[in-house]
Amino acid sequence: MVTEALILSGLLFTIGAAGVLIRRNAIVMFMCIELMLNAVNLSFIAISRQVGVSAQLFVIFVMTVAAAEAAVGLAIIISIFRHYSSVDVRNFRLLRW
Amino acid sequence: MDFTQLIFYVAAGLAVVSSLLMITRKNPVFSAMFLIVALFSIATIFVLLGAHFLAALQVIVYAGAIMVLFLFVIMLLNLGHDFEPDIRGRLGWAFMGGLGLVLFAEILTAVQGAPGDAGGDVLTPWFEAKGVVAGVAEPLFRDYAVAVEITGVLLLVAMVGAVVIARREA
Repeated sequence: MVTEALILSGLLFTIGAAGVLIRRNAIVMFMCIELMLNAVNLSFIAISRQVGVSAQLFVIFVMTVAAAEAAVGLAIIISIFRHYSSVDVRNFRLLRW
Repeated sequence: MDFTQLIFYVAAGLAVVSSLLMITRKNPVFSAMFLIVALFSIATIFVLLGAHFLAALQVIVYAGAIMVLFLFVIMLLNLGHDFEPDIRGRLGWAFMGGLGLVLFAEILTAVQGAPGDAGGDVLTPWFEAKGVVAGVAEPLFRDYAVAVEITGVLLLVAMVGAVVIARREA
């Protein structure tokens, strides 16, 4: 089951990465990033059957960082929405050519 | 195929299908709902892989806290009825699909080197000796105490940063 879980984790990571590239809605791009972090957690937990419980502790830290990142990122999105009245990344062209 | 494997494949299929639906729905509220389904399926797989405490943590932290935050922001910004298409066109789909296939092939190649089931299971005896929660908590607070402290500081910084960034300018 470990190998299947690793393959599933790769598949979910790929879907998350494709979602970040395909979507232009900043909030949905954020959700895709959460999905990618979760796929990495899944691979850690699959590997923890061989390497012991310390792999699961990394998952706890990844979850904490994901929560902090979600809070700050959503605050940034709210702040951007106040400026542009939109969350579409096509409108954010200050640093683009 | 025994019952555990059947549950694994059902949960895996559910996770893949709902995450595919998540990246293709126009309405961000639907995307959030499908992400919750995917996260619950991943929590099921955590249980099957022997990580009971982390499965509970996954449901509480992701489905309970992070997704509520996402839905709250979607409602606050009033995006629930915004059907302006934000998905890239046909060329973009072909390009991103090709990139995704390349990435998945790379990950599959990396999985070939993984030990698989043959390496034996060290986790089940550990949890049977220590208990499911204490087996996680004891090494966490003994071997990784410094990391736990730093993580606490990180959460404080994130909280203060979120408040400062989202504050309305006076």
